[in-house]
Amino acid sequence: MKNVMSNKFVIALYTLPALLLILVLIYIPITLSGYYGLMDWDGIGEMKFIGLENYITLIQDKMFWTSTWHSLLLAIFSTASLLLYLAISLVLASKIKGSDLLRKIYLIPMLLSSVAIAQLWMKIFDPTNGMANKLLEFFGVENTPIWLADPAIALYAIFIPVIWQYAGFYILIYYAALKNVPDEVIEAAKIDGASPLQIAFKIKLPLISNVFKVTIMLAVVGSLKYFDLIYVMTGGGPNGASEVMASYMYKEAFKLNNFGYGSAIGFGLLIICLIMTLLTSKLTKSKDDVQN
Amino acid sequence: MIKKKAFTSLMSLAIASGLILGGCSSKSSSDDGNKSSGDKTVVKMMHLWPEGSSNAQYTIVDDIIKAYEDENPTVDIQTEILGNEQYKEKIKVLSASNELPDVGITWAAGYMKPFVDGNKFTPLDDIVKKDQFVAGTLDAFSVDDSAYALPLELNITPVYYNKEIFEKYNLDAPKTYDEFLNVVKTLVDNGVTPVTLGNKDRWTGSMWYMYLADRIGGPETLNNAINRSGSFEDPALVKAAEELANLVDMGAFVKGFNGLSNDEAKGYFMNEQAAMYLMATWELPNYTTSPDVAQEFKDKVGYFKFPTYEGGKGDIDSYVGGPGVGLFVSEESKVKDEAKKFVSYLVEEWGKRSVTDAGVIPATVVDTSNGDLDQMYIDILNDLGSATNLTLYADVQMSAAVADVHLNQIQALFGGQSTPEEFTKTQEEALAAEK
Repeated sequence: MKNVMSNKFVIALYTLPALLLILVLIYIPITLSGYYGLMDWDGIGEMKFIGLENYITLIQDKMFWTSTWHSLLLAIFSTASLLLYLAISLVLASKIKGSDLLRKIYLIPMLLSSVAIAQLWMKIFDPTNGMANKLLEFFGVENTPIWLADPAIALYAIFIPVIWQYAGFYILIYYAALKNVPDEVIEAAKIDGASPLQIAFKIKLPLISNVFKVTIMLAVVGSLKYFDLIYVMTGGGPNGASEVMASYMYKEAFKLNNFGYGSAIGFGLLIICLIMTLLTSKLTKSKDDVQN
Repeated sequence: MIKKKAFTSLMSLAIASGLILGGCSSKSSSDDGNKSSGDKTVVKMMHLWPEGSSNAQYTIVDDIIKAYEDENPTVDIQTEILGNEQYKEKIKVLSASNELPDVGITWAAGYMKPFVDGNKFTPLDDIVKKDQFVAGTLDAFSVDDSAYALPLELNITPVYYNKEIFEKYNLDAPKTYDEFLNVVKTLVDNGVTPVTLGNKDRWTGSMWYMYLADRIGGPETLNNAINRSGSFEDPALVKAAEELANLVDMGAFVKGFNGLSNDEAKGYFMNEQAAMYLMATWELPNYTTSPDVAQEFKDKVGYFKFPTYEGGKGDIDSYVGGPGVGLFVSEESKVKDEAKKFVSYLVEEWGKRSVTDAGVIPATVVDTSNGDLDQMYIDILNDLGSATNLTLYADVQMSAAVADVHLNQIQALFGGQSTPEEFTKTQEEALAAEK
């Protein structure tokens, strides 16, 4: 067996299926989208090669940078909300009554499809009949906001269901990680007289810091390419006030018949995602070094 | 151990539901694969009338397909149905990957042009019977004298209103713009939403602007601005934008209109939370024949023509409207002959059934003598007969890129982010840059 596994040909053969899959499903489409970005193409007729024109337009496109900023805002918000999820999982994992039931309740949004969530929250945000404004009116607020119709708050209004949507997913990950912290360590700390807060911050959190790093990465990349709720709830409007990179790409390619430019935006999105991934891993790594 | 079990079962539940949900969305496509292996000729069709929101149209198409399959047992028509906005986009995706259905729905003029230029639609001249259609409707679907789609609907756009609400405040259907403003003011003063509008979809607000432009500047002004024999900075077009901004300031439109889709906005009218609703006549079934709407509500709905503007050039019999959608046959279809046969059958049957069964106005010539038709339907048909002008929806007239500028500016004007001057100037620049 050892002989077989050291044979270079066999190694290549065994990795081939996975390699092919990644190549066909990921790297070839990425290359193709970069290539389409060099074209003037309406998605229907003939393609015309125009060199780097799309990419030059992209760099000067104000709307692209606005949508990039919106995506980054979402990344900041969702990374910050990780702390909230972590706090909830710490409480859930500390054997309080009903934690089992609560955990399942938190998981429900994860089971719903994005479109269902979007429909649900559009009803909640309805300016006249929606739950949000009914609640505000009940508390005596007179000028209730118009939520998704107000360019100043539409984007932030969508962040609420986004954070709600992913709560179950991250709480599940944190909960599992916290359950993996060995009981002996915690009991030893208790015997030494550590308070519950000290146990949480000095023992549990450092022990799950690797999981935390992974979730930061997931949250950042997930936010940068986020699309579903925004597309269904506002379509990027009103007037681009809630446009993010992915919805802008979709709009250019499929609504405005600009496949070439849409591909260029997609390629730009990829590069920004790569930069942010490198940046995040670098930032979290330095923390790791300090600890060691 | 028990906990672990609970966790696994929860996870498997999550995965299973994912599979089920995923299964729902791809069901139709997997069916296609199975059936096409049989000995029937499969013709795939896509349309945009879901059973829920466009029941009348859905039923007509469904009945026609059944009748056709009975007459031609060797043919199997398979449909895929999407809502309006999704349909508009999916058709482009399918076209880019050369997977257009054999038969599908398209809009006229600017929307259809890239498909014709890219040789995606097949010319239908061999099955066109010219005298079958109302004059002008076929032209909107023709390029270089060849028809690339057969029109189904013909629409004009009246203002529907709730007679009960009007009576309660002693209001009459307005004939002039001043009377209309008075209606709006009275309703606002009494805390009633005058007009519901789903301006998230943007073309809805465009129809308000188009009417004001028509009533103030006459039908040519806006058309000329779009076809570049005129300018978008024409004083009449600026004036129309000012009047619109004024209406918004008066509180004429439902709260949060820029965030509501047309379907959501329609709900306010159907639930009697708003007094007026400007929409094309494809809404007629909801006020006449649709079995899903209570007769009590249908009796309350009336309509009036968009009022005239004092000193304006447009007359009251000029409408925003025109042919709605038409049927195309894909150039790449492997069953082109069958598809064409089905299309001409569908158009002819649609012309008959849409009048008697649904109360939708077809693009084919209507015979009102047989059957008992709803009075509102007959009135609208007569209005259509005496129309002095039909202006095709602005966003359909324009190319996709300019239409997007126009629609964004509509939303900005309604939302107060663009002044009337910025509104007209931005569109003038976009139109000028295109040529």
